[in-house]
Amino acid sequence: MKIDRRSFLSLGIGVAAGTAFSPLPWKLMDDVSIWTQNWPWTPVPAKGESTYVNSVCTLCPGSCGISVRKVDDRGVKIEGMKGHPVNQGGICALGLAGLQLLYSPDRIKTPLKRSGKRGEGKWVSISWDQAISEVAGKLKELRTGGQAHTVAGITGGGPNTLSRLFKRFLAAYGSPNFFNTPSIDNSYRLALQMMNGATPDATVGLDLENTDFILSFGCGLLDGWGSPVHMFKTNTAWRKTQARVIQIEPRLSRTAAKAYQWIPITPGSEGALALGIANVLITESLYRKDFVDNYTSGFEGVVNASGELQKGFKQHVLDNFSPKAVSEITGLDPAAITLLAREFAKAKAPIALFGRGQGKLPGSMDEALSIHALNMLMGAINQKGGIYALPTPDCQAWPAVPPDAVADSGVKEPRLDGAPSDVYSRLNQLPPAVLSGKPYPLNVLLVMEANPLYTMSNSKSVQEAFNKIPLVVSFSSFMDETAQNSDLILPNHIYLERQEDAPLPAGFSKPVISLSKAVFKPLHNTRHAGDTLILLAKGLGGSVAEALPWKDFEACLKQAMGDKMESLQKTGYWINTGAVFPDGKTTFTTPSGKFEFASSAFCPGFTPVKIEGDASYPLLMIPYDTMRLASGYTANPPFDTKILEETILLHQDGLIEINPKTAQSMGLSENDRVLLQTPRGQANVLIHLEEGIMPGVIALPRGLGHTAYDAYIAGKGVNLNGLTGPIADPLSGLDAAWGIKAKLSKA
Amino acid sequence: MSNSDDRTQTVSGKAAEASSTNKPDGSSRGIIVLCFCIGLVVSLVFGWVVFPRLLYSRKQQPIDFNHSLHAGLVSNGCESCHFLRDDGTYSGTPKLAQCIDCHQDVQGNSPEEAKFVEQYVKKGIEVPWLVYARQPDCVFFSHAAHVKAAKMDCVTCHGNIGDSEHLKVYEQNRISGYSRDVEGASLIGFKKHTWDRMKMDDCSECHQKQKAVMGSVQTQKEGCFVCHK
Repeated sequence: MKIDRRSFLSLGIGVAAGTAFSPLPWKLMDDVSIWTQNWPWTPVPAKGESTYVNSVCTLCPGSCGISVRKVDDRGVKIEGMKGHPVNQGGICALGLAGLQLLYSPDRIKTPLKRSGKRGEGKWVSISWDQAISEVAGKLKELRTGGQAHTVAGITGGGPNTLSRLFKRFLAAYGSPNFFNTPSIDNSYRLALQMMNGATPDATVGLDLENTDFILSFGCGLLDGWGSPVHMFKTNTAWRKTQARVIQIEPRLSRTAAKAYQWIPITPGSEGALALGIANVLITESLYRKDFVDNYTSGFEGVVNASGELQKGFKQHVLDNFSPKAVSEITGLDPAAITLLAREFAKAKAPIALFGRGQGKLPGSMDEALSIHALNMLMGAINQKGGIYALPTPDCQAWPAVPPDAVADSGVKEPRLDGAPSDVYSRLNQLPPAVLSGKPYPLNVLLVMEANPLYTMSNSKSVQEAFNKIPLVVSFSSFMDETAQNSDLILPNHIYLERQEDAPLPAGFSKPVISLSKAVFKPLHNTRHAGDTLILLAKGLGGSVAEALPWKDFEACLKQAMGDKMESLQKTGYWINTGAVFPDGKTTFTTPSGKFEFASSAFCPGFTPVKIEGDASYPLLMIPYDTMRLASGYTANPPFDTKILEETILLHQDGLIEINPKTAQSMGLSENDRVLLQTPRGQANVLIHLEEGIMPGVIALPRGLGHTAYDAYIAGKGVNLNGLTGPIADPLSGLDAAWGIKAKLSKA
Repeated sequence: MSNSDDRTQTVSGKAAEASSTNKPDGSSRGIIVLCFCIGLVVSLVFGWVVFPRLLYSRKQQPIDFNHSLHAGLVSNGCESCHFLRDDGTYSGTPKLAQCIDCHQDVQGNSPEEAKFVEQYVKKGIEVPWLVYARQPDCVFFSHAAHVKAAKMDCVTCHGNIGDSEHLKVYEQNRISGYSRDVEGASLIGFKKHTWDRMKMDDCSECHQKQKAVMGSVQTQKEGCFVCHK
């Protein structure tokens, strides 16, 4: 008997045959295939009963109603709330990705104190008691030393109860330095104040559903302008009513692409075009004569302070803004201007809107007034399809801040930004004031729901200013750029974990308040910033504690909302059904009692914003906004960064849009790496050739180039704010910059 | 032509010679056959007997629930505990909230009930039931469509579990992670009852038979995406 190679082969064949006739290979194959279709590490929503909690999204000024789907305590999806007056069930990409913010592994989970150098990222966890007593201790020390006014607070949130409380805290403490983050909303408010006599707290109301001709001066109506989802819904309605959108901007944005007509003009000449259109309306008598004659002043002439009659708006426009003159400024054919004016006048309910892109910056006041003058020429004020001042819904008055000698003298100190009041805080003026130490040095900065180190232009000087502030306290729940450069972090709950009222939705037609609810129990050891303020006040004691007498923020909110609270808790929103908007009123609370085209104080004109940069910078760089990029306090969540086009972000590199003709003349082609330089900074970017941008103009998106937050967003693309700088508007003092000069060279 | 034929013959002649010298004798042929048989038998035994035991881990349910006893006490059959929610989704295995009405305290003499009350009800911990009929995550299955719209009986898919006095051992596939009740007790797909296996073929078998009422509720069409959404 011999066992040889053949025997082994035979055994092998036997095993193979036996295995083939057993279920083993077939079953294994099947199981492995099932396993591959259900990777155990792929997250799957928890099984169980779904419940929905209605709330409001406060990630942008849109204030959309949301329905959060939960399985037990786990959030599964955020949907638009059906029947909510603002978004009617719709939701945007940012709102949809909100759960990624809630469950982000990089959230700040407990109060932190800096242990290394500032910005180094070394922290120690501290208790809430220690955090409160440290901040309160420092504030007390300054207050006792008569330095209360050297404390400032910045908030990025809209005008809601939390920011009112913050302002009240600072006032009771003795500081005039309360700052909100200015946007185009401030320019609308100011225009309505100057020309309509609106009260400072009134916001802009727009009856966009009933307009049939929208003259948009660069507004990204479909790129996140106003209340974004509401604008999408309105645009759908416009399709049905065949309303025309005329988009005037140098770049083919999404809005321009979907508009009835896209008119590219020289960047920054929007105000001149508005006055050119006004010129045609007046010359050809196309304006609403009845309205202008009966309800306006300053059209024919203005009596100045010394009693002399001066040129009114009409003569000013006729003298300086003929289509030919405007053609030279805008680069548009005079016939095209005339035609556009005639179309505008022919419409039943035309409206002219301003605010570039998402309206992140306030812009030039002259431009705002010139464009708003078109609404007045067409009588689109307080009328159906028009523009009007929307009063902020009444809040129950809190008891007056108790009088206190320190607070009284503190608030009388001049503001650091030189603004007359906090209604129009000139945040852009804060860094220079801090750097110069004039009128006085800033000792403590409290930052709530804002990320000035990222969102303010001229990042370099903002960083330098931060370095000069001895104590920076952040309330952020994310390690954003500002939190990273602070000394103490007292983390707030995120919007899904806290109860607060949402401000009026931007550019909506009716006064609505929505209630943001604590949809989830706080996941981490965070605290409502309102509660933190109340605790800080208690820590300070005396009149400050008396000014914030509430047990917690909930009690404070309840008192502020008064009888609205019931409706807010029941339906999630409160809408003023008693008043009709637009109300059709033809009287105005201006000094003349009429709508003012011009007065002794102002006359809409065209003063070009002096864009930074000399002849060595041959290109004009403008920012652009997209719905897929969050560029404010909230950084883009991972889902949204995933859906960015490769023309915006390619791997880790940001792209700059340039016209192929311009690129060709510089010898640049698609995806070439270039060094982008502006008077304010420089960065490496990739070239993206885009037919839809005017030759000589380049465009960079807002919202990229984070250096902090988390691995999903940090280090991707370029922060536009590091390359631009603010330009103070002569009328409002707010940031009027719309771009900067730039140059490109091969890297 | 003839030349080439000759050459062929020569070559094959040589081959025949060569093979005849290596030809196994009678005993070595026996060994080869024996080896084949050993290989065959061992692998068959492994494939049919050992492999199934290795493939599945056997788990005991946390509580030995008596379906038969409870079915006699409730008024609405299976749906008394395994009900459809208002939104049409299926509740699955009951939660403590449903048991707690009767079992706040121990009712009878069963040690299993005592264990349930002590370890779960009193502590407020949900029982980690092992679900025999859970379909893979890549499958969308609507109880409402089958039980309400098509008026199917629970037994058709789940068998007579409602009459059982004890819960059987839960056999979990170590590779796919799913229950043997879904994959079928028989590894070769032999089945006697409709509920013996609940894989895709079993779904489509019924769906093929009753074409008229099948398809997606939304699109009224058949296709992969009706179940694999």
